[in-house]
Amino acid sequence: MTSTTELTDFQSLQGQLRLKILSLYHQAHAGHIGCSLSCVDLMIATLLLRKRDQDTFLLSKGHAAASLYACLNHLGDISDAELATYYHNGTTLPAHPAPNQHKGIPFATGSLGHGLPIGTGIAQASKMLGDGGRVFVLMSDGETNEGTTWEAAHFAMQHQLDNLIILVDKNGLQGFDKTANVLGDTADVRTWKAIGFETVEADGHNVDEILATVDQLTASSNGKPKVLIANTVKGKGVSYMENKLEWHYLPMTEAQYEQACADVNERYLLAQTTQA
Amino acid sequence: MRKEFSAAIERIAREDDKIIFITGDLGYNALENVVDALGPRFINAGVAEQNMVGVAAGLAYKGYKVFCYSIAPFVVYRCLEQFRNDVCLHKMPVFLVGNGGGYGYGIMGSTHHAIEDLACLSSLQNVNTYIPAFADEVEPMLEQIVAEGRPTYLRLGAGANTPDGAQTYGSFKHIVHSTASIGNVVALGPVAANVLTALKDELLVDQFDVFTATNLPLDLPNDLAHRLAGKPLLVVEEHVSIGGLAQQLSVKLLADGAAPSHFVSLSAQGYPNGLYGDQKYHQQLSGLDPANIARHLASFTN
Repeated sequence: MTSTTELTDFQSLQGQLRLKILSLYHQAHAGHIGCSLSCVDLMIATLLLRKRDQDTFLLSKGHAAASLYACLNHLGDISDAELATYYHNGTTLPAHPAPNQHKGIPFATGSLGHGLPIGTGIAQASKMLGDGGRVFVLMSDGETNEGTTWEAAHFAMQHQLDNLIILVDKNGLQGFDKTANVLGDTADVRTWKAIGFETVEADGHNVDEILATVDQLTASSNGKPKVLIANTVKGKGVSYMENKLEWHYLPMTEAQYEQACADVNERYLLAQTTQA
Repeated sequence: MRKEFSAAIERIAREDDKIIFITGDLGYNALENVVDALGPRFINAGVAEQNMVGVAAGLAYKGYKVFCYSIAPFVVYRCLEQFRNDVCLHKMPVFLVGNGGGYGYGIMGSTHHAIEDLACLSSLQNVNTYIPAFADEVEPMLEQIVAEGRPTYLRLGAGANTPDGAQTYGSFKHIVHSTASIGNVVALGPVAANVLTALKDELLVDQFDVFTATNLPLDLPNDLAHRLAGKPLLVVEEHVSIGGLAQQLSVKLLADGAAPSHFVSLSAQGYPNGLYGDQKYHQQLSGLDPANIARHLASFTN
């Protein structure tokens, strides 16, 4: 059950967005549900609550596109009518974000390891232009297997890109096994620290804690790029999905969809009502 | 062409403060003037080509026009997906510059050759590739690349200046005009010099028109297509046959109903004997040397 530390002022939003994400996957009969549920709270704290006009948000783990679409719909950047086209022929909202379609999606992602180099370039440009722009790059922990992560990290360090904030959605599971059993912990906070990053670890489902951490990171102009290692749970909020590898891929049956919505209602929405 | 390239980049970048030049740790004794001229707009991204191209896409997103420079194979193959996804799909003004296209790096070996680069890059969305055959083409091509502001690959080699009287038709430059033409040659890049040498043979003088193809995908004007029809055509390129000039040109010609009477393609054959040498050595192994070109042209005269 949900611990009291997870019950915040934002839990209603956490619940509503989860229901929207589940609805998208349900109507599409599609997978990647667990991946979206593990990072949606990081997106609430950054994309919804902290991103300013001059900032950029990049979803490098493009397979969590439904979470991105739900958040952009919440912001009004994607209409309800457009959102309803998700996964259908003729949509601008395929399973992974497409190029040149929506203001809130600056780059197509889906092949892992691309978002951080791009975000590094944007952060470098903002430094050169002096426009004060910050860049949030949301990555998965499995994605840090990619060598581009470490090419970009060293570039960001060398160029003192303290306006670059990396969010690692560390749920401990990747495509075909636990990250520990594949290449080990390639997102280990000690690695980032050794390169010179300013590092913080946080509960990736506690929006208040993420906000406080992001505010702490963005407040310091110390020449160090930042990384927030967010400890998360794949499938967070749906009892039978949590920490299960198969929910990287599986679509839901009707019964599973009903159970998932019931779980979310109980954990995030009813709980808040009870508290109130 | 490297000297012409660095001089042109310096001039163009001085006039346009939105130009950024990134190198993958190459440029010793070649780009020092660019370093001095661009200051913070010159970035050495280190030996990390994938990140270099991703960073370039990010810089371009914010309004910069970005050159990414390395030895040709390193800036083509290692970061092909970054160029495809981050640059081409988004129509970003990022310009790859590969030095030593074809067998240009000679005895450096196969890792330093780029003989499949144009097949890889000219097939991407929203892209243009430029292949200067002559040193004096580099500066106007760079000006055009910056003005177009689209994903681009510039393949540099080594070449003399363009013969006098050249005329441009779409992607093609007519560099040798024959008064009694019995056939045509189309060459790609600096290997065009071998065609010019071959045509010094007294049996071949004034019997062939010679064109270079300056960029891929091809823009083949209809009147030029029909000018190439009904006569023998020899295509010469320091690039593998698959996806190269000969294949792209043949598709265009057939689509235009302008079939040549004979079609011979001379292309890079890779490493047929498993042995290595300088650029001329590899050209000869592939039949791209002046003597073999002359033999084929002579066969058209019979």
